[in-house]
Amino acid sequence: MIGRLLSLMLLTLGVWGGAAIAMEVLEFQTPEDQERYRVLTEELRCPKCQNQNLEDSNAGIAVDLRSQIYAMVNDGKSNQEIIDYMVARYGEFVLYRPVHDSSTAVLWYGPFVLLLVGGLIFILVVFKNKRQSDKDAKL
Amino acid sequence: MKKILFFIPFLVFVALGVVFYQQLGKDTEYMPSALVGKNVPEFKLVNMESDTVVSNGDMPNEPYLLNFWATWCPSCSAEHAYLGELAEQGVNIVGVDYKDEPPAAKKWLAERGNPYSLVLLDEMGRFGVDMGITGAPETFVVSAEGKILYRHQGVVDAEVWENLLKEHMQ
Repeated sequence: MIGRLLSLMLLTLGVWGGAAIAMEVLEFQTPEDQERYRVLTEELRCPKCQNQNLEDSNAGIAVDLRSQIYAMVNDGKSNQEIIDYMVARYGEFVLYRPVHDSSTAVLWYGPFVLLLVGGLIFILVVFKNKRQSDKDAKL
Repeated sequence: MKKILFFIPFLVFVALGVVFYQQLGKDTEYMPSALVGKNVPEFKLVNMESDTVVSNGDMPNEPYLLNFWATWCPSCSAEHAYLGELAEQGVNIVGVDYKDEPPAAKKWLAERGNPYSLVLLDEMGRFGVDMGITGAPETFVVSAEGKILYRHQGVVDAEVWENLLKEHMQ
């Protein structure tokens, strides 16, 4: 029993150790580069997965794209250059934060328009009710 | 005026219903390729048979299919026989052996037949990234001038060929 428990603990340790090694492989020239890598892999979506970013996904393509981003960061490419590189190949799908253009206008501004319409209707109804109650009060 | 106000929720409901209905039955995995309408990106890859370097200029002078495949990919196994049929019909298919071991790939083609006019090795998957692929198999229709006309993700079978790919091969 104890032996089994011990081997289980060792196994868990082994798994953790593996994860730690996988993290250590990436070495950056500066802490800023490391931060850029973190932000980019967090903001770019894995093209294979519907709702995972590159950082979270272990799909083959996500691993490839992470290493591509790593290489580009170390090459001194700017964030915009790296994002453009990804968009040129995988389309705007890879952006977790959609760009502002005509095709995404409804997405970005639709909620505000709806809020405005809702607000107008609300004011109108309140105003009307008030007039009605004023009228009733006069009677 | 008041009557119109009453109908607003209903109109919103109808509008949303139309939008959602249009989305029904659509493949959520479908993603248009960012490369359609553009040229095949510059590449230099090794020809599996001759061990020589191949680049854009060496591609066929007729419309062709660019098929990413690998021996580790079960769906590639499923489409292989049909690619053979297409090749027999005279369709020019260029294969890209994607993130694979060349010996295994050679064995695979020797055993199952080789539908490809040319097999390129993309062992690191760099060309795959340049082509914006997300896995294998993926098949592109490329024009004689080297322009990407269509991209299909997944198995190519008779239905896919007849309904989606064929029309682009002129």
